[in-house]
Amino acid sequence: MSALHPELTRRAALKGGALVIGFSLFGAKPTLAARGDTAGPPNPDTVDTWIAIHSDNTATIYFGKCELGQGSTTGLLQVAAEELDLGMDQVRAVRLDTNISPNQGPTSSSSSIHRDAPKLRLAAAEARQALMARAARHMGVQSGSLTITRGVISVRGENGLRSVTYSQLLGDKPFNVKFTGTAPLKPAGRYTIVGASPPRVDIPDKVAAKYEHVQHVRVPGMLHGRVVLPRGQGAFSAGARVKDYDESSIKHIPGVQIVRKAGFIGVVAEREWDAVKAAQELKVTWEDRPELPGNDKLFAHMRAAKSTDTIIVNAGNADKAMASAAHIRGSTYHCPYQGHLPFAPNCAVADVTSERAHIRCSSQDIYNARSMLSTVLGMPVEKIRVQYYESSGTFGRSCYEDAAQAAALLSQAVGRPVRLQYMRWDEHGWDNYGPAHLAEVKAGVDAKGNLTAYEYHGWQHGWTITSTVQDSAAGKPGVERAGGSGSITVNPISTGSMYKITNRKVVSHAVPMAGYLRGAALRSPLDLSFAFASEQTIDELAVAVGMDPLAFRRQNIGDQRWLGVLEAAAKAAGWKKRVMGSTLAKGEIVTGRGLGLGTHHVSYGAAVAEIEVNKRTGVIVVKKLYGAMDAGLVVNPGLVENQMVGQMIQSVSRVLKEEVTFDTKGVTSLDWNSYPILRFAEHPEIVPIVLQRMDEPSTGAGEEVMGATVAAIANAFFDATGVRLRQFPMTPARVLAALKEKNGQTAI
Amino acid sequence: MSQDFRISVNGETKAVRVDPDTPLLYVLKNELELKGPRFGCGLAQCGSCSVLVDGVEIRSCVTPIGDIGARKITTLEGLAGLYAEQKKLPTKPALHPLQQAFIDEQSMHCGYCYNGMTVKGAELLSQNTKPSDAQIRAHMDGHLCRCGTYPRVMKAIKLAANRMSGGKL
Repeated sequence: MSALHPELTRRAALKGGALVIGFSLFGAKPTLAARGDTAGPPNPDTVDTWIAIHSDNTATIYFGKCELGQGSTTGLLQVAAEELDLGMDQVRAVRLDTNISPNQGPTSSSSSIHRDAPKLRLAAAEARQALMARAARHMGVQSGSLTITRGVISVRGENGLRSVTYSQLLGDKPFNVKFTGTAPLKPAGRYTIVGASPPRVDIPDKVAAKYEHVQHVRVPGMLHGRVVLPRGQGAFSAGARVKDYDESSIKHIPGVQIVRKAGFIGVVAEREWDAVKAAQELKVTWEDRPELPGNDKLFAHMRAAKSTDTIIVNAGNADKAMASAAHIRGSTYHCPYQGHLPFAPNCAVADVTSERAHIRCSSQDIYNARSMLSTVLGMPVEKIRVQYYESSGTFGRSCYEDAAQAAALLSQAVGRPVRLQYMRWDEHGWDNYGPAHLAEVKAGVDAKGNLTAYEYHGWQHGWTITSTVQDSAAGKPGVERAGGSGSITVNPISTGSMYKITNRKVVSHAVPMAGYLRGAALRSPLDLSFAFASEQTIDELAVAVGMDPLAFRRQNIGDQRWLGVLEAAAKAAGWKKRVMGSTLAKGEIVTGRGLGLGTHHVSYGAAVAEIEVNKRTGVIVVKKLYGAMDAGLVVNPGLVENQMVGQMIQSVSRVLKEEVTFDTKGVTSLDWNSYPILRFAEHPEIVPIVLQRMDEPSTGAGEEVMGATVAAIANAFFDATGVRLRQFPMTPARVLAALKEKNGQTAI
Repeated sequence: MSQDFRISVNGETKAVRVDPDTPLLYVLKNELELKGPRFGCGLAQCGSCSVLVDGVEIRSCVTPIGDIGARKITTLEGLAGLYAEQKKLPTKPALHPLQQAFIDEQSMHCGYCYNGMTVKGAELLSQNTKPSDAQIRAHMDGHLCRCGTYPRVMKAIKLAANRMSGGKL
């Protein structure tokens, strides 16, 4: 059974609809409206919101986390099936929908299994408990004497003589049970589905061209739309502002309608190709926009900005300890803006009338999308239905809200359903980029190799709350999320927390976003930057005291779980003790290996990298990566391994190649040539190691080995060349410049 | 101005009426409602839109419908059929061996680039059922994946190659 197969999904939805037209014991009022008929979110305090049992002894599981290709649908179904004592072939999920799904907030920060599976587990346990109670009444026995296998409840020890199925007890009728969260949970020792690796439920349809990505959605009578934007965004807060446009510039394209609302402009046409051409050929004059610093002056601007400073950690006395350290190493690190740039430009299909709006889109947070649409359309949320359709991997807030809002605005204006897709240059040029980061790091060690002092200062701007389309259509400046929770700050976990350092200071210098690029969370937000800076500093201190970096970290790590991932990665890589950079080879191509630690929030990541550096061309080739992750109880180790492969490949791409380029006027990296990513022929071999901890709570697994990977590669570069690169991406130009600076000439 | 075209897609002749400069991709996904070929960049940089034309992979996002003529187009939907034809199999399998290998290796994340990965991989396997790692890397290099699944695409191609050449891996 495939959880997201359109046919099954429709059937499940129909069942869901039939199921919940239940009546109270007195037959007076429906206990719930038909599922899907009214605006959600449904009441989270009733079991029926989460689980429905059907007459074929299967269950539909309702949750609020979306499938992004990370496989969490499969993982969440495993959790529910386990607690309900059903097989994986007896459970299915349905499309996320603001008329159906519980509101579990955004699908972000690797939270699906970490924060939301526990709720689902409790709901399933409560459902199971209710079914047990019904079975006990039905058979006239104590519920303690019952046992369940695949949704069949029988009296223990009777060999199935007396048994009843879930469907016989409840098929297509509501539980009418309050979700108290107090039902007893199955002990982890009895798990058979959680901890195993059943295949992903979405893959068969994806392989067979049957899966419905949002880009595939077609509705009757729909028109095709495109936004019209300048090529590449300018400075944040001004947005795109239409001054004027020349309708006659596209009069040769038949049947195109132009829609303008304040600074927003878009086109619709019967045929998609006509909309594409019209958007490209429409002559628009744009309002002047304020200057950007450009890549050249970016970091000088950030360092000089009037920042809002927050001391994140201040343990002991870092200044004093630094003064008495045997060795100190410190440097400045420069880390780029990088893009989400989903492989499929964002897309949405909107059907807006004066009475209601139905938006099919790929927002990672359907309820927030509905709120934003309510503002943009001037329509109450109760009249708006948002349904989630998977797009291509988005890795955070790409332009999915923009696509949804632009489709909705166009549909509202023309009175027909509109399918809108961004073009490649729209997506590349108007992303909410992962912010650039400037770090000043300094750390000290005593003569015995014990870390004694650590200080990390980070500069970055924050994230946006609004979207480009929303700002343009309102004719208002963009809104930056205030610092702190919900925006980005220096992550204290990624900056030295893995080591026992008595004197540690971490300071975040929040730079105002106005005058920079529009920012938002990009997978493992800034953790790659933190690890790049912090773990190189740690490695330098190991060299300073003449220690192997593995031995140095072992000595300084303060937590068994950090040690666990470090040892696992080192063991897999067959790590041999050696001081970094101590065996520099001559010749054009040199090799190095390095290790690094890092995470996002609460899991533990370690990596070992083996690389080659071509000293003549400056090209770095990552040959092999070993990554280890401890994310507590891993619901599906196979899924986590696959996630780790993706994280490590993406980390190679981000540390070697990816950088948003911009001049004073705007962004200039507008396609895959000007914003290159790791290519097929360049990919390293990956060895993912999942540490299974059945006795620990599950924590995130979608972004926690990226920082470690980037650090390992940076450290391996030093091991190969004896030179530190303090800026990424580690492009051939930067490699050659660093080698030249070190040696006075290019060393071969 | 719109014109009538008859094109051969997955073994069937289809009549469409579109402007001759319309890229083949838009015809396949909008007029014929196929889900395999899909838009990724419109610039022939990524491989989302790949189809086979007379067995050779092309980028349908930059190929005008007017340039296709009588050549035979195979999309992801038609790969199993083409494979059966190439191998002279008595019945068409449900999936091309590479599609099955992608399931067995649990390769993908979002799966959006897998139209191109499958089409290009199938092209390779139709020419060479024992490709080396270097040959696979070189052949597949024009196909990008943002999720980072290259290693498992590699594994799946090798698995499919092994099965296609009679191995039992």
